[in-house]
Order: sequence, then structure tokens, then C-alpha cells
Amino acid sequence: MLAFVLRRLASAVPTLFIVVTISFFLMRFAPGGPFNLERPLPPATMENIMRTYQLDQPLWRQYVTYISNAVQGDFGPSYIYKDNTVAELIGKGLPYSMELGFFALLLALVGGVTLGTIAALRQNSALDFSIMSLATVGTTIPNFVVGPVLTLIFAIVLSLLPAGGWGDGSFRYLLLPMIALALPQLAVFARLTRGSMIEALHADHIRTARAYGLPPRIVVITHAMRGALLPVVSYLAPCAAALMTGSAVVETIFTIPGIGRYFVLGALNRDYTLVMGTVVLIAIFVIVFNLVVDLIYGLLDPRVRHD
Amino acid sequence: MSSRLLKLSAAALLGSVLFASAPAFAEAVLHRGNAGEPQTLDQAQTSINIEAFILKDLYEGLTIYDAAGKIIPGAAESWTLSDDGVTYTFKLRENAKWSDGTPVTAQDFEFSFKRVEDPKTAAKYANILYPIKNAEAINNGKAEVATLGVKAVDDKTFQITLERPTPFFLELLAHQTALPVSKASVEKNGADFVKPGVMVSNGAFKLVSHVPNDSLVVEKNENHWDAANTKLDKVIFYPIDDQAASVRRFEAKEMDLVFNFSADQIERLRGAYKDQVHVSPTLATYYYAFDSSQAPYDDVRVRNALSMAVDRDFLAKEIYSGSQIPAYSLVPPGIASYGEPSKASFAEMSQLDREDKALELMKEAGYGEGGKPLEIEIRYNTNPNHERVATAVADMWKNTFNAKVTMTNLDVSSHYAYLQEGGKFNVARAGWVADYADAENFLALNLSTNKTFNYGKYNNPEFDALMQKSYAEENPEARSKLLHEAEALLSRDQPVAPLLTQADLWLVSNRVSGWEDNAANEHLSRFLSVSE
Repeated sequence: MLAFVLRRLASAVPTLFIVVTISFFLMRFAPGGPFNLERPLPPATMENIMRTYQLDQPLWRQYVTYISNAVQGDFGPSYIYKDNTVAELIGKGLPYSMELGFFALLLALVGGVTLGTIAALRQNSALDFSIMSLATVGTTIPNFVVGPVLTLIFAIVLSLLPAGGWGDGSFRYLLLPMIALALPQLAVFARLTRGSMIEALHADHIRTARAYGLPPRIVVITHAMRGALLPVVSYLAPCAAALMTGSAVVETIFTIPGIGRYFVLGALNRDYTLVMGTVVLIAIFVIVFNLVVDLIYGLLDPRVRHD
Repeated sequence: MSSRLLKLSAAALLGSVLFASAPAFAEAVLHRGNAGEPQTLDQAQTSINIEAFILKDLYEGLTIYDAAGKIIPGAAESWTLSDDGVTYTFKLRENAKWSDGTPVTAQDFEFSFKRVEDPKTAAKYANILYPIKNAEAINNGKAEVATLGVKAVDDKTFQITLERPTPFFLELLAHQTALPVSKASVEKNGADFVKPGVMVSNGAFKLVSHVPNDSLVVEKNENHWDAANTKLDKVIFYPIDDQAASVRRFEAKEMDLVFNFSADQIERLRGAYKDQVHVSPTLATYYYAFDSSQAPYDDVRVRNALSMAVDRDFLAKEIYSGSQIPAYSLVPPGIASYGEPSKASFAEMSQLDREDKALELMKEAGYGEGGKPLEIEIRYNTNPNHERVATAVADMWKNTFNAKVTMTNLDVSSHYAYLQEGGKFNVARAGWVADYADAENFLALNLSTNKTFNYGKYNNPEFDALMQKSYAEENPEARSKLLHEAEALLSRDQPVAPLLTQADLWLVSNRVSGWEDNAANEHLSRFLSVSE
């Protein structure tokens, strides 16, 4: 097991390296730069700025400087948010995105698996159809519609919850963004669970368990669930990575100070270092979550373990 | 999941929702929407107006704007101008202090101005202080920083020597780049001087906390010379760049002020909030530039015809819901020293008459129906309103001249980069917001020597000569006359077609008093107060 983990972590390094290199050069293809945005600048001022940020150096040299700094943890200053380094910005914003993403993931996972299981157990009943319709609605309505609608109902009309912001960090600020973020994923988990649970319930060992007279709850939770969860766990890795690194849309709608928007804002503002920083972060998250998911796989399905 | 767990989580959820209780503050807090996250809190690096709002509450320049948008003494209590008009001597207030109790001195201002012009600082608005002797040379690396025309005569007397008489210089001193920094703080803390807990400020407020993209909190600065008259204890700036989110938070009564929202919301918001919706014309012009180096836009008749055929009332009413006003001059109204701008000759005609005249001119030039076909490309920066304007104008030109019009849009960075680098175009959308309240700021865009902002490459020696004379003219009336003559040339030649005068859209809650709309869009929190 340990050897497996170490081997995977070792292979993560060249992956990261390739991702960073491709992103670095791809970013530079966009015309314009970080400094002539709101108003065009006089040439002398531009020269000053380019020199200060070493953007007047040949591209290959900028690349080498960037890589050698990055391995030491220095991801450079943000060109747009000049009072902060990229590491500082991401460091400040990441906890918010992660907390929001964690709760959204919890809601999506627990809610989705529960609803999917119920639908599978009551297959083809009215309950099944209504749950699956809800799932369809959840995936089709975009979160930039769900978010403002929830805000309109709960914050403006009923004045029960805040319309946005992080406030003092109490749960009431998290509730609406969490729901808006989780809903599409909840729908996906529900569908996945229903499908694989139906299949699992028809397996031989389930028939045997039932024949033994085991109570239905044990049959479903202890025996059928393990097999049914495999597709859910596969989807878990990209889902978790996406939720934890923040959704640009939800964070914009609810003005959460997370990092989700940095990726988009950074690209629009040509903030090269900020985009690179978020790219590295997302790549790390995806690699780590894929590793975790593979380990969970091994726990759930003994057949995988002995490969 | 077991039903008991379900019940427990439902209870926990409900409990946390009900747990919410707003603690009652005895202090007066203004919740101020600020339309975006500041890119920096360093006055030498600042470039956008949302930073200006924050910085002007934290720091105080030699001059400031009052609530009505007029220049009044700030950190300087009085000043004198020498007979030759190039030397200002400012007397700083005796009781002016930084938030840490140390006195505000002339040395602070000397240090701050030199820092702005130092090429190593790479200040984006260094050109604001170019009227100061040697400033431009220093900023271009051609002179030593020590030669800047500023001197601390003593702790409370500050002298500025200009290159030439500059009538609008006092307006420049109220710009956010001219705000002072504490020399001691910058020398001790380096780049960290902007951080909360470290920053010392000489304005009505001091920085308490800053969570990027969430909030920026400032508290009353008890060491400010006018602290007794500042009624607010705290101001919280909300850096929300999503306009819809800002409006929602205003409607949920979480914010008292919102700066800029989508114009299509005006009708609805006016219906619900009546006079809390402010549409305030400002010193900003929306215009279409013609590339005078490309045929047929090198022909003054073609430019005039195209400009005349645009129905500006339609644009203002239908696209901007009245949040922008038709403009027939590059310089917007509302500049005290300039008065009414010199409008185009067709300003008073009806739109039908304009279109007739336009057709005549176009025929004369040999284009349009019966002449050479017109193929026009409109460039604009990606934005839903700019797209609507371009579509409407394309339609107007199609209907009037049977022109074939295409549209190209790029994001704002690329759009301006293209124009600034001298790219060829037919018609390009541009906007200009005044850096200071003087007509020169708009007219200078068309100087043939202005390689950066003269996108259309307009080259008129008569215009250049008038502008040159205006810089040397000391008498304000004579100067205003020269500028009007220069503007008249622009209105005659239409190197750019001014379309609209922009307005700032504000939502100002009924809780707030002391608010005055003004064209300079200056709203210092120290002149505001809130009621419970």
C-alpha cells in the first residue's frame, strides 16, 4: 500500500511540470497584457512597469525564473492585486473555498446517495419518478439561476438568510451558496447511485443474503452499498476537486472571498502569475483526490486490491 | 442514512438558521458597496476609481473635494501662487496628524511626490504630476529624482514649482495619486506599509481589516484634524464586482450604497426605491473614433455623415434607459471653469434633418447609394451595452447609407492594446473618464503628439497650436476661449464622434444623509452619516 502511494506521488511531479509548462506558454498567447486594462498607458510608464515585473525579459528566461521560484514556494507577485503575492492570495482565499466546498460535497454526497438508494429500492414507483425528475431539474437548471432565486426568496422576501458575503463565518452565510453549489452534483450522485444500486440489488450474493433472511437494512447498507458505490466514488475525485477549489459562479453570486474567481478573473486580467498559481493548485487537488479515490476503491472492492 | 440521523441533521440545520441574531451596534456604520476589489492600496500604484474611494477616505491630499464636488483645502489650510504663476506655497495645518499621532509634515509630501515620479516605482498615474518641474524627465529616466520641483521649506511649509503655469493644478492635487504617504512608515515597513495594523493614514479613517473579495473595514481616525465633525464610526467597503449581487444585497438591506449597477435595472429599481436611485451625469464621454489614416475615414464629410446618422436619443433612452445623455461634444458639461462645451453644428437639428444632411455629405464624398459601397467594421470591448450600441449604430448606417457593417469585439485589455499600439481600424468604440475636472483632459486626446490616446491619428496643426497657446495662457477666461476654439475644430472635423455623456449609477439608501450628486463623482465618507 505504501509503495503504491509513493509511486503515485512520484508520478505526480512530472505531471505537474507538464501542466505548468503548457499553461505558462498558453497564457502568453492571449493579446494584451496585465497593464493596459482600464486605460491605456503612456509608453514610458509601460516600460517602467514591464521592467519592474521582468516582463521585458525573453520568454524562456521568464519561464526558467518562474520554475526555479515556484519549486521554492514563491509563485510571484500578483500583477493585478499588487499588494499581495500569489501565495498570499491563494492562502487567504483557499480556506473559504474549501469550507464551502466541503459542506457542499457533504450535502451532495449524502443527499444524492440517500435519494438514489430510496429511488432504487422503490424502483418505478411514483417516488422513484419524482426523485429522478428532481435530479434532472438539478442538473439542467444552472447555478446562476438557482443562486439568485434562492436569494430572492430567502434573503429579500423572507429576510431569513443573508444575501451574500461570508460575514462572521457562521453557518447561515454558508447555507444558500452551499445549496446552489451542491444541487447539480447531488443530482448526479442520485442518478449514479440509483443505477448502480439497482444493478447491485440483482447480484447473486444479494439474493443469497436475502435467502438467509437477513433484515433488508443490512442487505442494502452492508452488502449492496459497497458495490453500488463504486461509480459514485469514481465521480467523487473530479467532483471534490472542483467543489473544493471553488466555483467561480457561486462565489461571484454570493460574494464569497474564495479562490474560484481568481482563475477566471486572472485570465481576463492577464494576471499571469495568479492564473499559474491557481492552475498548480487545481492540478495538485486533482492528483491528490484521484489518489484518495483509488485508495477508497481498494477498500470498497477487494478485487482491486490485489492488482 | 438512518431516520434518526436525518432528524438530527434537520434539527441542526434549522437551529443554525434560527441562531442568527444581528447584534445591535451603538456605533454608526456605513455599509458601502464598492464595485470591485482594489488592486492596491498604495497611492503610487493606484489606477482605478474604486481604489480612489477607499484611499480618499484613508488619506487626505493638499486639496480635497467637498460633498458637492468642489475643491476645498485638505491637508493644506491655505496657499499662495507666485506672480509668474509657477510656484505654489502651501501652508499645512498645524494640527494635522497621522493616525499614529505623529505630525503630517511637508517632508511627507516631498517624499510622496518624489516616490510617485521615481521610475522604479512604476506608477501608472505618474503623469498626473507631470506639470511639476522635471517630473516627466525624471519619470522617463532622464533626470535625477532629487531634481523634482518640490521642496519642504520647513515642517509645515511645502513649495511646488511647475514647468509652466497650470490653471488646473489644484484639481490634480486632489487626485488619489497625489495623496501623501508617511515617510517614516514607508521607510520602516517597505511594501508592507499598506497592510492593516501597519498603515498610518492622515485622512478621516484608518484601516482596520482587509479580507480580499469580502470586505475592507475602516474606522474613524481620532487623530484627524476634523475628527469632531466626522459622524461615522466605521465604514465597511464591500468589493463586489458582480452588479446583480450588489443590487440583491442592497435590496436585502445589507448595504447602504451601491456604485454602478446594470442600466436595465433603472426602471424596476426606480419603481421600488424611487429617489434612492441616483443617475448622476459625470465627466465621462462615450465616443466612436474614426481612423483618419484609412480611406474613406480620412474624408471629413464621411466622418460627419456617419456621426450625424447616429440617433443618440435612441441610444440614451432605449439602450441605457436614460442613464446616459446624448453628447454632441467631446468635453462633457459640468466643468465649472469651462461651462457649455462647443457642440457640433448638427446638435440642434432634428434627427430626420441630420439624416438628410448626412446623405447629402456622403453623396458628395462619393460613397453610399449610387457611389462606392461602404463597408465598415466597428470595434468595441466586450460588454453587453457596447454590443447593443454597436448593433444599433450598425443598423442606423445600414438604413441610411446601405452600408455593410461588421462588428468585432475583444476584451477590454486586448481592445485598448490594439488601439494603443496603432492598429488600423475603421471605427472603434472608446470611453474617456476625466482624470481631473478640466476640458484640457479631453481635448488633449486629439493632439497629434499624443501617440497613446489619439487612436484615430488626427493631425491638425491649427488644433495643436491652439492647445499649445492654452497651456501658456494665465488668464482663465482667455484660456477657456482658446479651449473652446480648439473644441470647435474637433466638432467641425469629427475625428471622433461623441455619442453619450456617461452617468454614474448609485443606489443611496434612505438611511444615508449628506449625499450630493456631483459630476466629479467624489463622495468622501466623512461628509456622510447614517440614521438607524
